Amino acid sequence: MHNEPTKKSKLFIHIVLIIGSIIMILPFVWMFLTSGKTIPETTSIPPTILPESFQWENYKNVWNVLPFVAFFLNTGIMIVVRVVTSTLFSAMAAFAVAKLEFPGKNLFFWMVLTQMMIPAQIFLTPQYLLVQNIGMLNTVTALIIPGIISAFGTFLLRQFFMKLPDELMEAATIDGANIWQIFARIYLPLAKSGLVSLSIFTALFAYKDLMWPLIVNISQEKMTLSAGLASLQGQFTSNYPQLMAGSVISIIPMIILYIIFQKQFIQGIATTGGK
Amino acid sequence: MNEHVLEEKQITMKKQAVKKNRNTYLWGWLLIAPTAIGLIVLNIIPVFQTLLMSFQNVSTFGTSTFVGLDNYVKMFSDAEFWQSLRNTLVYTVIQVPLTVILSTIAAVLVNTKIKGVGIYRVIYFLPMIAAPAAVAMVWRWLYNSEFGLINTILGYFGLENVQWLSDPNVVLWSIIIVGIWSNIGYNMILLLAGLQEIPQEYYEAATVDGAGKIRQFFQITVPLLTPQLFFVLVTSVISALQIFDIIFIMFDVTNPSLNKAQSLVYMFFNESFVLNDKGYGSAVVMVLVVIIMCITAIQLIAQKKWVTYD
Repeated sequence: MHNEPTKKSKLFIHIVLIIGSIIMILPFVWMFLTSGKTIPETTSIPPTILPESFQWENYKNVWNVLPFVAFFLNTGIMIVVRVVTSTLFSAMAAFAVAKLEFPGKNLFFWMVLTQMMIPAQIFLTPQYLLVQNIGMLNTVTALIIPGIISAFGTFLLRQFFMKLPDELMEAATIDGANIWQIFARIYLPLAKSGLVSLSIFTALFAYKDLMWPLIVNISQEKMTLSAGLASLQGQFTSNYPQLMAGSVISIIPMIILYIIFQKQFIQGIATTGGK
Repeated sequence: MNEHVLEEKQITMKKQAVKKNRNTYLWGWLLIAPTAIGLIVLNIIPVFQTLLMSFQNVSTFGTSTFVGLDNYVKMFSDAEFWQSLRNTLVYTVIQVPLTVILSTIAAVLVNTKIKGVGIYRVIYFLPMIAAPAAVAMVWRWLYNSEFGLINTILGYFGLENVQWLSDPNVVLWSIIIVGIWSNIGYNMILLLAGLQEIPQEYYEAATVDGAGKIRQFFQITVPLLTPQLFFVLVTSVISALQIFDIIFIMFDVTNPSLNKAQSLVYMFFNESFVLNDKGYGSAVVMVLVVIIMCITAIQLIAQKKWVTYD
């Protein structure tokens, strides 16, 4: 509860939370420890907890086996393009829906809501066929396509724009600004926290997406970190040190970003999930 | 003032208003254009295409023949479909309540005034930012029957090895555990935002009235948290029904217990993109969509009974 707990209950809360933290963090610790072991160390009974000497070669090997540089580039390009286009387009549409009157507005907003309510798997095969028809399979563009726009982003930012007063619009109109200027110079900066939240949300889910990159891009050179890591599994079925080294490499960038921007991350998720 | 001039002025003003309106329309359309076009091409048309494909036999190069209800007939007599449906529903029915309960407890605990709550929040949220492929990979290793950490720990307590990834009676539980572990932090953050909106005075008043912590929890916290609980419940059910990543990474195609683990989305993926029967895959996805929409609709109706908005 929110009011000051007694010393005893504080201790109890700490114990519960620490047990929880161990469960949450242990898989990551085990991932890292395993990534530094030799294969015999992982298959000894009872298992060794710490590697005798940390085997950095595991990282070197897995780095040589998989084109991680390409994975990082593909993932980075996909995330940046998706974040920029979907945030910009969503902000434009959200502003129009929140502040302008025009025929077709309600129809458009219904489309947005419908898209959000329908499970995404229904779009996948036609999207795949579309990418195939324009000859874009196995390209970085293919990774980007479904995320160019965002119905969810439009919905989210609309709420931000609705909270901003209409008077700003009237005042600016009198001053002779056109609608694009009103949007870009007045309303957009005021919705900054919404834009940041949406960007984090978009980046995180683009990074985590597994099925889409898996189906559109077959050659390893065009894979994302997520999908590339999945392909590692087939190659080293039981070489757990290398599998774990690959896993560490693929989660490290996000973890670093998360540790630096933890407040924005948690705030971003809280606002995107909130009402 | 001359009447004539007045009239003319009114006409020009009207003209300007019409022009301004037209201008606004144009801007409105222009601003929604990218999203509208994207939605139509990437989402609206695909819904109808998938529906159509579910009545077709789609060959690898896109030539399709109409086969009526064949895909659905095949599906409803396909034991694999029923098993996948069962797995998906059992997974959802067990994973979601446990996750919601545990995340509520976690949210309440990290909402207390104790040292280091910020660190706990960061740690609990950690699984959410890791790529599911990496998460599933490490769990696969933890679950290893001979050398996995979990069986080793169970061994210390004198318990027998569990075949986490091959015992057909256990595999679904293995997925449920990872599902709960992955989702607690996310839901905790959403619920925490709701908890922070509950006015402190309510608790103070309750304490004065002599209500204990447990009673405060059920009589103040839970009722006031129902909007967030409802949101978390709806989104958790939807995402649980779409479970795929963990199964895909943790179970090899050759794993004989895969059929006790695979979900509807896994089956859709397998039929559409591995076995290349996109018509049949579309039928599977249509069923999934109908189930999700129905369950969501039921929840939206049922919310009136238990969700309190102020």
